[in-house]
Parts: sequence; C-alpha cells; structure tokens
Amino acid sequence: MSAAATGYRPSATLPIGAEIRRQAARRRTQLALGFMVLLPLIVLLAFEFGGGEDDAESDQFASLVDLATSGGLNFALFSIFVSASFLLVVVVALFCGDTVASEASWGSLRYLLAVPVPRARLLAVKLIVALLYSLVALLTLVGTALLVGTVRYGWHPLGSTIAAEIPAGEGLLRLLGIVGYLAVVMLVVAGLAFLLSVLTDAALGAVGGAVLLWILSGILDQIEALGAIRNVLPTHYSEAWLGLLSTPMQTDDLVKGTIGAVCYATLFWGLAFWRFTRKDITS
Amino acid sequence: MPLPARLRRALPRLSRRRVLASSAVLALVAGLVGWAAWPERAAWTTTDQRLTVLSGPGGDQPIDLDTRFYLPRDISGRVPAVLLAHGFGGSKDSVADDAESLAERGYAVLTWSARGFGRSGGQIHLDHPDYEVRDAQRLLDWLAARPEVQTDAAGDPRVGVLGGSYGGALALLLAAQDTRVDAIVPMITWNDLGRAFLPQSADVATSGVFKKGWAGLFFGSGAGPAERALAPGAEPVPPAGGDPACGRFAADVCAAYLSMATTGIPDARTLQVLRRSSPAPVLNRIKAPTLLVQGAVDTLFPLSEADANARGIAAAGTPVRVAWFTGGHDGGLGPQSDQDRSRFLTAQWLDHYVKGSGPAPATSFTYSRVAGFSALDRGLVTNGYSDPTYPGLGGTGRTDITVAGPAQPIANPPNGNPGALSSLPGVGERLTTLLGGVAGDIPGQFATFESAPVDRTVEVVGAPTVRLRAASPTGTATLFVKLYDVDPAGTETLSAGLVAPVRLTGLPATIEAARPVTVTLPAIVRRIGAGNTVRIVVSASDQAFLTPAQPTTYTVAVEPAVTLPTVVGTPIANPQVIWRYVLAGLLLTLAVGMVTVLLVRRRRARRLDHPVADEDAGTPLVVRNLRKAYDDGFVAVEEISFSVERGQVVGLLGPNGAGKTTTLRVLMGLTMPTAGEALVFGHRLVPGAPILSRVGALVEGPGFLPHLSGYENLRAYWRATGRPWADARFDEALEIAGLGQSVHRRTRNYSHGMRQRLAIAQAMLGMPELLVLDEPTDGLDPPQIAEMRRVLRQYATDGRAVLVSSHLLAEVEQTCTHAVVVNKGRIVAAGPVEDIVGESPSVQLDVSDVPAATKVLSGLGVRSVTPDGGTGLIVDMNGTPRTELVASLVRAGVGVDRVVPRRRLEDAFLALVGDNSRGSGDR
Repeated sequence: MSAAATGYRPSATLPIGAEIRRQAARRRTQLALGFMVLLPLIVLLAFEFGGGEDDAESDQFASLVDLATSGGLNFALFSIFVSASFLLVVVVALFCGDTVASEASWGSLRYLLAVPVPRARLLAVKLIVALLYSLVALLTLVGTALLVGTVRYGWHPLGSTIAAEIPAGEGLLRLLGIVGYLAVVMLVVAGLAFLLSVLTDAALGAVGGAVLLWILSGILDQIEALGAIRNVLPTHYSEAWLGLLSTPMQTDDLVKGTIGAVCYATLFWGLAFWRFTRKDITS
Repeated sequence: MPLPARLRRALPRLSRRRVLASSAVLALVAGLVGWAAWPERAAWTTTDQRLTVLSGPGGDQPIDLDTRFYLPRDISGRVPAVLLAHGFGGSKDSVADDAESLAERGYAVLTWSARGFGRSGGQIHLDHPDYEVRDAQRLLDWLAARPEVQTDAAGDPRVGVLGGSYGGALALLLAAQDTRVDAIVPMITWNDLGRAFLPQSADVATSGVFKKGWAGLFFGSGAGPAERALAPGAEPVPPAGGDPACGRFAADVCAAYLSMATTGIPDARTLQVLRRSSPAPVLNRIKAPTLLVQGAVDTLFPLSEADANARGIAAAGTPVRVAWFTGGHDGGLGPQSDQDRSRFLTAQWLDHYVKGSGPAPATSFTYSRVAGFSALDRGLVTNGYSDPTYPGLGGTGRTDITVAGPAQPIANPPNGNPGALSSLPGVGERLTTLLGGVAGDIPGQFATFESAPVDRTVEVVGAPTVRLRAASPTGTATLFVKLYDVDPAGTETLSAGLVAPVRLTGLPATIEAARPVTVTLPAIVRRIGAGNTVRIVVSASDQAFLTPAQPTTYTVAVEPAVTLPTVVGTPIANPQVIWRYVLAGLLLTLAVGMVTVLLVRRRRARRLDHPVADEDAGTPLVVRNLRKAYDDGFVAVEEISFSVERGQVVGLLGPNGAGKTTTLRVLMGLTMPTAGEALVFGHRLVPGAPILSRVGALVEGPGFLPHLSGYENLRAYWRATGRPWADARFDEALEIAGLGQSVHRRTRNYSHGMRQRLAIAQAMLGMPELLVLDEPTDGLDPPQIAEMRRVLRQYATDGRAVLVSSHLLAEVEQTCTHAVVVNKGRIVAAGPVEDIVGESPSVQLDVSDVPAATKVLSGLGVRSVTPDGGTGLIVDMNGTPRTELVASLVRAGVGVDRVVPRRRLEDAFLALVGDNSRGSGDR
C-alpha cells in the first residue's frame, strides 16, 4: 500500500513537459533562442553591407571567413566558428547554470521538493531540459545560418583551404558532425554550470562562474610551458571539430576531446547529484 | 574586531569534513601537477671528452674532436654502441635528444662535433674519406676500447651508425670504408652530391642546373670562424688557408664551390670533389644493413637520392629498407606521427642488427601522405601507409593522363630576376606553408599544359614523367618543369615545392625541329582527387637555381602523355585508434554505472514508502525528539516532540529564532534532522518521502515563478505534482486566495499580501490532509486575517489537520485549538489553547480607588486580584461576568476608567519564554 496521496507517483512528478513549459515562459529563454536566430542574420547583414577590407591573415582559419559567403554550408560553418568559443558557451552556461539556482532564488525550489519531487528526479529533469534547450539553441543557430546562407548564397559544396571542396551532401553530414562534436564539448560547460547552479542560489554566479572557468581553462591552454597538463584541460580539444573539415576527416582529436568532455561532465554532474541529494535546502 | 576573528568569519567555517575534502582535492591536484612537472632522473650518464685522433690521408695528422659519450645508467655487462653523427652546421649538441632516447634504449652513444664544426678542430672536407670518415673510424677504435661497449672481436665494437643529412652521408661512407659497422640508418641524405647540387631531370648527359639557393646556404653556414675561436679570451684565428672567402672549408672544397657558383657549370676538379664526398661510387662496399629514411618535402636531397642509395646497396645483397616521411630539409621533422614512425623503425633496425634483440625487421616500404590539418597544433596530419616491397620511384602501378597545350614561347629573365618561386630554401620547417603552396610563376616566363579533370582519384607515389620539347635561339635552355595539382576551384598546388630542373644543349631554333626528351619529375606523395586537373608548367626561371644571365626566348612544348606512378599502400594502423576503444569503454562503464545507480535508488525509494510506525498511522504528524545541529555546530533545535491530531489546528508559537522554521523545514523534507524523527501518518519524513504528497506547505514565505501569473503558477505547481487535474480543486483554492482578476497578472507585480494568499492557496491545492503554514497571516490585512482564521478552522474539519507557526500570540490564541510553545530550540509548553490560557481570562482595570476596588472585588468570588501600577488592577475573573464586575464597582462608588480583557496566553507566553528573547539566537 502506498502512503502517498491518490494519483501521486514519484516518477510522474515534474514531467519533462512541465519543466519545458516552466522554462519556455521565461524571457531569458526566449531571448537566448531569439538571439540564435538573430546572429546569422546580423552576420549576413554585416557581409552584405560591411566594407570589403582584406586583411591577409596568416592563420589558416582566416580562410573560413573568406569562404563564408561561398554557400549556405560555409555560411553556417562560419556562424559556428564565430560563436563556438564564446557565445555558445554563454548560452549553454545560461541554460544549465540558471535552472536550479533561479528556482532557489525565487523560493519555488522548496515547494517543488515539498510536492515532493524526489531530489534526484528534480535534478535529472532540470538537467535534461537544460541540455535540451542548449541543443535547441545550437540547432537553431546552425539551422538559421544554413537557411539564410543557402537562400542568399546558394547551395554549394563546403569549401575550405585546408582540404579539397566537400560535396554539398557530404558537407551537410560534416556540418552535422561538427554540431554533434560541439554539443559534446559543451557538455563540460553544461556540467560545470549545473554543478555551480546546485552549489549556489545566485543564478548569475553559476552562469558567470562557468563561463569564467571556461575562459580560464582557455587561457591556461595557451601557455605552452604547462606541457602535458594542457591535454587534460577541458578546452584543450574544443577546436578539434576543425579536423572534420579535412579529407579524410581527422577524428583522433575528436575522440580524445569526447573522452575528456564525457569525463568532465560525468564528474561535474556526479558531484551535483551527490551534493544536491544531501544538502539542506535553506533558500 | 581583531583581524583573525574577522578572517575566520570571512572564510567558510572549518568543519572536519570540509578540511578532509579540501585536503584530499589539494593533494590530488598537487600530485598530478607534480607528476607532470617532475624532472625525471636521467637514465644515462654523459662524459664530455676531447679526443685527439690520428687521421688524414696518411693517418698521421692529429685532430682534436669534441665528443660526448652517453652510457645507460643501469647496465650489466657490455652494451652495444651507436655512433651518432650530426647534420651540416650542427654539433654534438644538436643530436642530444636522439642520443638521450637511444641511451634510454640501452645503447652506449658516442656523439661528436665533426671537424670544422662545434668545438672540434680542423676544416670541413665534406665527409672526405680521408678526413671525416677516417675520424669516425678512429672513434670506432675508441669505442672498441671502452670496457662498457660490446665487441664482435678485438677492436671491433658492436655498433650502428646513425645520422641525418651530412651525418647520414657519413654513415654511408663509413659503412663502405669500415666493415666493423653493423648497421646504419642514414637519414635525409645524398647519394651523389654532384647531382644534388646540379640536378638534371632530363635523360641527357649534360650537367644539371646549379641549385644556388641551397648551395649558398650550405656554404654560408661553414663560412664563419670556428666556434672555438669565438670563445672568450681566444686568440683571433685567421681563416683556414688564409682565404676569407673559405671560412672553415678546406681549400679544395672551397675552390669547388667558388667555381661552381660562378659559372653554374662544374669543372673536372669540382666534379671530383663532389664525387669523392658521395656514397654513390662506394655503395657496393656497404655490408651493414641499411635503413634509409628520406623526406618527401625536401628540395635539397629529394627522394631520388635515397632511391639511388637503396638500389646501390641492395645490388650488393645488403638488406635495405626505405622509409619516406613528410618532412625533410624543407619540411623539418614532420608531424608527430611521422616522427614516431621513423623513431620506431630506427629502434627496430638497431635493436635487431646491433643489439641482436627483436625479430628481423620487414623490408617493407613505408610512406606517409598528408591527410589534413590538425586543428590543435595547427600542423599537418599524415596517414602512414606500407607496401610489401620498395617499389622505387616508378610506383607499383601507373596512371597515364593526357595534357594539352600548344607550343608556347617563354622568356628567360636576365640574371634570373624576376624569377618564379617554388620553394624557400633554409626558411626551414614551414611544412604547412610549403604544402599550402608558396609557388608562383612569373607571367611570360612559363608555359602551361593542362589535363582534363581526372575521373578518379590518383594516389601518386613516385616520380611522374613527361616528355618535353624545347627550342632555343642560343641552342641551350635552362627550364624548370613542375606538376601542379589543380582543384576544381582553381587552386593550384605544387607538391612540396619540388621542381624538375632541366638544362638542354644542342637545341634547334624552332620547336618543329625539337626532339623530345624524357623529364623525370621529382618523386612526390600526393592524392590527386577526382575532378582535379593536372597542370604541367614549364618555366624559364626559378629563384632557387642559377639560370643563364642572358635574356632569351625559348619555345617549349610538352607531349600529351604524362605518366603518374601510383602505389596503393596498406594504411598503417594509427596508434590513436586506442582512444576509440577507451571512449567506447568509458561510455559502456557510464551506462552500466547509471543503470546500477538507478536500480539501487529504486530499491531505496520502495523502502521509503513503507510505514515505520503503525501505531502512528492515523496521526497526521508526530514529531519525536527532533534535533537539528548545522554543520558549523549551531544547534537550531535542541529537542522537540509534539503531535498534531486529526481535526486540530496546532499553533507552533515562539519568539523569532526559537527553532520554528527549522522544525518546519525538517517537516518539508528540506533539511535532514540530526536526530529524532518526524512521522506523517506513520511514515518517516525524509527528503522526497512520498508521504509528503499528503502535506501542503507554506514555509518561509511564498516562492513563485515571477514571469508567470498567479493562476499559471498554481497550474505549473500542480503540473509538477503529476497528479490528476481533477484532484487539484482549483476553484476552492482560488477562492481562498481571493485575488479576483489579479490572479491573471504576473506574480512579479504582486504585493506581499497577495503572494501570501496565493501561497496559502497553493498549499491547499489538492486539499492535503496536513497543512503546514509558516506565519500565514504575514502581510495580510485585518479582514483577511479574520477570514484566514475561519478558513483554517474550517479546513481542520473532515479529519484534516493544520500546523501553523507564528510569533503572534493573538493569532495562535484565536486560530488554533492547540498550541506548542517553543523557545531556544525546546518546547516549553504544549496542549489545548484553553489549557495554556486557563479557563478564566483575566481583566485589566484602571480604577479611581485601588484599595476600595480590591475590597469590592474580593467579595465577588474572583480567583485573584493583583495590583498593576498606580491605578491598575489585574483580576482573574474565575467565571464572573465582566458586566457584573463593573456594576459592583460602580455601585460601591469606585470609578472605572478602563476595562481591558487581558490575554492570558501572553502571560503564559512571557512566563514561559521570559520577558525578552535576547540570546536565543537566530534560528
């Protein structure tokens, strides 16, 4: 005999749909997703009306900029390139870092726990939905860029100067691969932000803290004197997706990056669950 | 405040657990960093020594060599040796890394600065058999005399000779001259120095085109004074031979260079000098098994040099293996994967043929091809391939393609300026730039012959050939033939910057009369993708070469047939593949771990759902010996026990900080008790206990999503419970909230009272059997408070119960049936409100005559009369109606100014908790 009220099942509490609605109504969510649509449009306008100054950069990847207007695939690639290192990090940190901390700061967290939504379930649902929104943001960005880029610049093979042109069909698959890898790399940000979100009641602290630590890792990664230590930095393989642009694809770094990201994410999420299922909710 | 105390407050409180956890993390991080950064103890020892050996044509000229001897640290018995020679311009220091890694593998390694380099004496004789090679023979003698070095016979050390470029040629020449050498690994070196510096790619007997860029670099690096002359305090040493143009070069070498660089046509003496320094004539004498490592990005000693060496040595029946890598004099060490492969092949070769361990290495041919770009170190990535036997430069197969283009006139620029660019000699190790293509032709100076797009990918491995016809008004022509790979976008790439220089003589003046010559282009490793075109360019100039000074216009034509040698090698397993298995294993482990955790949790959750105390199954709430001490040692609740029965409205009364909220937090499963338990209908309350679904709560103020309206908040809350909509009874709850149309406004804009009402309504959603309200009337106005009292009393009917916490006496007295008074974390009184209040409420009177009034009242049968200030009296009525009391006083002529019913609970409360709650702390 269950002790609970009629109709109550722990596994039915806080359905994923309910959490999606909770987050969807927030201005923050709408703005973040809206910006993902806006960014490619801004980039497109910048290309259309911006001056055509030609800086001969030595960096091989400056070529990505030169190629950005050569087709929809390249435009989408460029949009990913400019947003991968910071914008996506912020957006993912926002979705994952804000989710628990904001409930705590509103005081609604304790009412969810009093429903009672089992703590592990609450975290799991929050995490899944935050990851879902992060993925939607990423796909929105790429999808919009692909759409407007194709409408404006046409459907052409994916070009890059580090390898031969990739036919459009395969190029699309590569692009999806890149998106997939980026999503995996972002798991580290997601893990870190989520952990901080559980540890603090200040949503801004969790989001900012995750972004700060990510940047710190990026800076440390630039210091070559650190040697082998750099290999375990979460940002070390964050640009390995560029390997998918060469032919044949260079996947070794992707594999290592994936291992790192999965390890970090597991560690952070594990800590978050461990902490949250034991801590006193005082907010 | 003293600083330490301040500091202690600013820092998180040290608890045992925190200290332990932080120490563990700190130790782990320190350990990892230390492990990564700790300098390893070298597994070898080194001895620097100047050896004076007798060398020269007669073997009687003393020469002072600067040597370093590496000996593995832990050796038992004698070890095999390696003689490690450096490249041109280097010294014993430039091979230190290789020496160390060989010493780690258990070899005694002798490195030395060749004569004319570093701090060794003598002049540069370009690997002259009587000088540099004889020096090395004397070093073999020295090695044989070392007690640590293994010998094959007296004076014959077990030794391998290793070297790159200048050192590689020395290895070949030494092995040819001295049979004591057991194995050699010459890397990126020459076969014929004459051909290397005067390459001729056409099948004609004419001498080639002077490779002025590289030759100048070579000569320049030997032109300065010797290093020992630069040492502080050293006497200025005049240039050897007294000629400032010659630097440290021996006179004959210097003269050869000067003559060759002036005319571009070698004289007999020059040819003799170059031939003397070349392994080509003596290859048949090499008996030591040879591993030839040659770079594919090398415009100085291209792959054809190693090919000639391989053929010459193999002809004598000596085991030869050839390995190409993506690197060389232009490309540097190449990508890490290639360096690893070369190192592995070298170690395998030496281990078998020198150390005598390991199976015989295969004689398969290995090479690598650029596969793409590494995003991380921004370097090239190559894939390794192997083929069972070395195919030479002709490949194992061939693809013929057809190029088209008319005969074209091209201009030779005077003095080669402006000239086409193909490679950048000496810029060094710019692998990416080279493969990206720095090549550029000067308009008017080149002719183009292009193929149709190739219909399938061609894996070119080897030297393509074309047939060229040329006409020149002067009868001679210096031409450069190049093969460009042109992708569909039009980007042309000159593989590794390699060109085929051709010097033709006896040419007719018109192209019609010209006879074709076969031009063998430099060997390359390149994948020409389907859809790309092959472009043959014949140029009259190249900055790396010496071209005729006179302006001339040639006419050139290329025959349509171009032969591309191909090899389809077997990919060499990439050691990085191991990480894929690691990843798969990791994901599998995580999946298994996750399933395990879920199963364990499910079992634990099922346990939570069983009642622990059947005797309490009917009681909404039983709190037993509850104690809560926080991590920092603060005890919020000492010990509290009470119960809430069905139908009761229980007030939890206490001053601020008495422990009320902490108690309620435990009841909501937000906080774990340190000791004791709370049971709801016999179920122990722990975080997430399903029984909490029968409890409605308002704890520590409302908590709503600010961006939703009140109504949406209630709906969102109910959605989170996962229970049927019908059970929620929204209408009743909304009526209790009483928000009217405001319920559709965002809660962000609500007043405190509105939120409070909404929160109470939320707590009542689903009409839970136990309602726990923390300060419910906070922020409500008096009519709402009155309404709330009614609602709560009514709520407790039907077997439900309400627990209300408050610090307001009146509220508890008027709302509750029972009260629990807490102070400083302990219960000071509990029971029905009437019991605590007493049956007889007292009255406070202000009268004109206190003694008279006391007398009158005593006669009325009241319980007690107590003076209160100057004109006041407190009367415990004991059931006497107030009207009668006032009437009696008035009748006795006592004036009554004021009659105030006196709250007994306040008395009780003050008596119980003391007049002030100072010191109770913030609970």
